[in-house]
Formats: sequence, structure tokens, C-alpha cells
Amino acid sequence: MSAFRQGIEATIPALRRYARALTRDAEVADDLVQDTLVRALRSEHLFHGGDIRSWLYTILTNLNRNRLRSLARRPPLTVIGDDDAPDMAGPEAGSRDIERALASLVEDQRAALLLVVLEGLTYREVAEVQGVPIGTVMSRLARARAQIRAFLDDERPALRRVK
Amino acid sequence: MNERPLPVTEDELHAYIDGELPADRRGAVEAWLEAHQDDANRVAAWRAQIETIRARYGAIATEPIPARFDLDRLMRNGRSWRGWAAVAALAAFVVGGAAGWGIRDATSERPNGFQTFTLDAIDAHTLYTVEVRHPVEVPASEADHLVQWLSKRVGYQLRAPDLQRLGLKLVGGRLLPGPTGAAAFFMYENVSGERFTIYSARSNAPDTAMRYNVSGKCSAFYWVDGDVAYVVSGQADREQLSKVATAAYEQFDPRTRGNS
Repeated sequence: MSAFRQGIEATIPALRRYARALTRDAEVADDLVQDTLVRALRSEHLFHGGDIRSWLYTILTNLNRNRLRSLARRPPLTVIGDDDAPDMAGPEAGSRDIERALASLVEDQRAALLLVVLEGLTYREVAEVQGVPIGTVMSRLARARAQIRAFLDDERPALRRVK
Repeated sequence: MNERPLPVTEDELHAYIDGELPADRRGAVEAWLEAHQDDANRVAAWRAQIETIRARYGAIATEPIPARFDLDRLMRNGRSWRGWAAVAALAAFVVGGAAGWGIRDATSERPNGFQTFTLDAIDAHTLYTVEVRHPVEVPASEADHLVQWLSKRVGYQLRAPDLQRLGLKLVGGRLLPGPTGAAAFFMYENVSGERFTIYSARSNAPDTAMRYNVSGKCSAFYWVDGDVAYVVSGQADREQLSKVATAAYEQFDPRTRGNS
């Protein structure tokens, strides 16, 4: 197997984790990962070295943005409910809160936060994935954290904007 | 030249917990947090968020990789964007009449039975359940004729399941173009006018358990039994829809298919 294919394969677990947190739905997430892999396999000629992981995160992030856009064209949008995740019961009630808190974020803020805290990308790498300056990544991160904190504090989205 | 340390910025607080802070600012940030309780609380809250997010999603990366992600298989079959493309096609169809089918036909490759069938079925559901005067071609008053006709066209013995137990009455049915040729389409409604549809056609996909799909306002359960695929669609929640699908499933027993 080529290094390219090996690099893709080694990233699948992390892509599934990222997609799940991004969409909060197991089936949608795995469809997204599959689409990402298919596009990557077909686009080997577009990959000019560098970090294959970042490249795959970029594809997945863009596909999810397209997905949300095409769904949004048909209002009202039904978000798939929590599926059969077994960990929704009592002791893990906090996991439900964090899902709802993540759901309350703007997509670009959610992606920036997850790429940093869950996927361990550097600010520079996230800037490349999202195609924006590092300063924009940092402000997305700051807003995401403020929003989650406010959400968890009072269980509803903050209306005030934390500077 | 300046004795006093530079004030710490919010960006630096983020960089501090994300491991992005230059080493020579570390001491300054830690001293700042000692002296500024508000900022120390913020940093603690952000750290707790990180822990919660990792606790919630971290384990997914340690699960075994599902077979669907086998790269050799993906190279051969792909998914060819039908999933999201079909959502866009459906939007085009609703807005622009026949355009949707045109886009669909342009996709000659139909690699995924589940996606293809459910999205076709949801298209049909969305299109016909809003019809007031002509939701079906053949009404329930001619149910026997309907079932006989559709069975002949799809090439296997159908039946229109009895869903009275769930308060659903047969409205009638239609013949539709399906992924593999002819498809049969039954429509049901309850007293409040909620409509559910059953879509069925030949399939070469292997038998499956019931699978769930959502497109726009509509959701669907899909399964393959023998060489026939079924999709039950509705705008209900998952639990309600699964009751309808289960009732239909029980009545589409392949052992009784083809006996009459």
C-alpha cells in the first residue's frame, strides 16, 4: 500500500471522532467520513505532500459545510435526533449537556474548537484547514468557549456577547 | 527597559491552555492568574470544557474501524456524492419541477442501495403526500386491483399492509420509476391527515436490518428482504415511524411472497 493510502487509513479513527463531535450523529458522521475518504482517494493528484491529516480534516470540514448549506435550502431543517448512543443515561448526563452546548455554536466556531481541543491541531493548522488567518481562528475559539460556558452556566444560549 | 511585565491578553489565556504560548510568557500568565480571580475562573471553565469534550468523544477513535471504510472497497464503489447531491437534487425538484429527475438521471452510478432507495422513496413521499386531489393513481376503493397491478409491474407478489392498528388507512397507490425498474408506492393516512408511504422495488443489495435515514423534513426506514427493498417514509419522529415500519415488515414476509 502506498504511503498516501496508509496515511489516509491511519487517520480514519480521528476523522470519525471529529465528524461525530461535529455532527453529533453517528450515521451522519460516518457518511461524512466515507465521503471524505472517497474524495481523498479520487483526489490523490491534488495532494502535494504536507500533512495528510490536515488535508483530510480540510475535506471533511468543507463537506460538512456544504451539507449544512444544502440542508438549509429546505426549511425547516430537521436535525437527526440523538441516536442509539448508549451513554445517555444518568451518570453521563454531562455528555448530553456538552452536545447541546456544541449544537448551539456557529459551525465555523464549532469546527475551530473541536480541531484544537479534540484533534490537537495547532492554531496554524486550523487556520490552514479553515482557510482563514490565525487571528480569526483565535476569535472563533474565544467565542466558542464563551458561548459554551454561558450555555452550561444557565442552560440557554447567551444573548450577551462576551468580548 | 520596562520593569513591569506586559499585561496578559485573552488570546494568551487561550494559548496557555492550548499549549501554544511561547515559553517566555508562561511565568507572566501564571502570575496573572494568581492575581486575577475572574480570569482564573475562565481558564478553569475552559479546561473543564476540554475535559468534557474529550470524555464524550475521545473513545470513538479507539473503536474498531467499520468495514465500510475499507479503502479498497471505497476505491471500487465510492459513494459518488449521491447522498448530498440527492439532497440538492431534491431541493431542485421541489422548486423546479422535473429538473430533479434530470439531475438524478445524470448520476448513472448508483452504488449504495440504502442511499438510493431511501432518497428515491423520500422524493416520492415528499412529492405525492402534499397532493390534495391526486395523491394516488389508484384509490383504496380498488385495493385488490391496485395490488394485482403493482405486483405484475414490479415482478413479485405485493400486498398493501393493513395498518389499521396504528390508525392508518390505505389511501391508494402508484407505479413509479425506481432505481432498478418499476417501484410500487402505497400511501396511508391517519385521521389527522398525517401520511406515511411504503415504497418497494427489486434490489440486488444483500439483506439488511432496518436502517434509518433522514432528508429534509422526512425520514425513512429501509430494509432488504430476499431480493426486494422496502422503504417506509413519513414526517413523524423516529419512534412513531419505526412502529409503522415494523408493522409493514411483519406483513411483508417473504415466505408468503409469490404464493398467490
